[in-house]
Amino acid sequence: MTTPAAATSIRHQIVVEAPIERAFSVFTTGFGSFKPPEHNILGVDIAETIFEPRVGGHVYDRGVDGSECRWARVLAYEPPNRVVISWDISPQWQLETDIEKTSEVDVRFIAEAPNRTRVELEHRNLDRHGNGWDAVRDGVDGAAGWPLYLRRFAGVVAK
Amino acid sequence: MATNQLAGWSVLGDRTRRTIFERLTNRPSAVGDLAKGLPVSRPAVSQHLRVLKEAGLVVDRPAGNRRIYAINPDGLGELRAELDRFWTSAMTAYKAAVEQPDEEKT
Repeated sequence: MTTPAAATSIRHQIVVEAPIERAFSVFTTGFGSFKPPEHNILGVDIAETIFEPRVGGHVYDRGVDGSECRWARVLAYEPPNRVVISWDISPQWQLETDIEKTSEVDVRFIAEAPNRTRVELEHRNLDRHGNGWDAVRDGVDGAAGWPLYLRRFAGVVAK
Repeated sequence: MATNQLAGWSVLGDRTRRTIFERLTNRPSAVGDLAKGLPVSRPAVSQHLRVLKEAGLVVDRPAGNRRIYAINPDGLGELRAELDRFWTSAMTAYKAAVEQPDEEKT
């Protein structure tokens, strides 16, 4: 945890009571069934989230008006063991069109028992998004810098 | 929720740690200088600084026989915290979805 890499990645894991095949299919083609609804950078409500189950496919939201937001590319698709998608969303929660400024979400599925699967998720290379954070550095001492973030943070903690 | 890393903002949930962090936003400081104005021991300040450093919120550099701590200028903490919240929420919802066979969508 003290390595420099620790600051540029996030890890989560969860154990689900389901066979590995189901754990994999829900995470991929069923992505829209659990994605937090507030995670929406379309201008309208999301009608559905589509996960194209192949390398080179996209994950995208389709709005109720037919508009689309292709916010991830499928980089690896190895059912039922592993899937890797890109994260083509900028720190400002806009679609990132420069692939050099995108991160990766690597998800591995491990069968612990016939009906139990461990899912390990790593969201890595976050520093590739870093350019957008110059504003934070520049404003770090100002009213819009850390003091603002800390107030926002305190509001979250107080909930 | 199982997570094996500390997100920046949750690290700042501790009041003393937040005070230390706020002082570092004013100016880079050594452990001793930080401990002077706080009702906690110098080792406790060191421990808080270590947590802040592991979370990527502060960096340190040697200066003579001391170490000077400063805010990490790359600002990754906020991005990480946002994404950490996203995945915490998503993984919890995922577990609920995957454990309901009746609603399977393929």
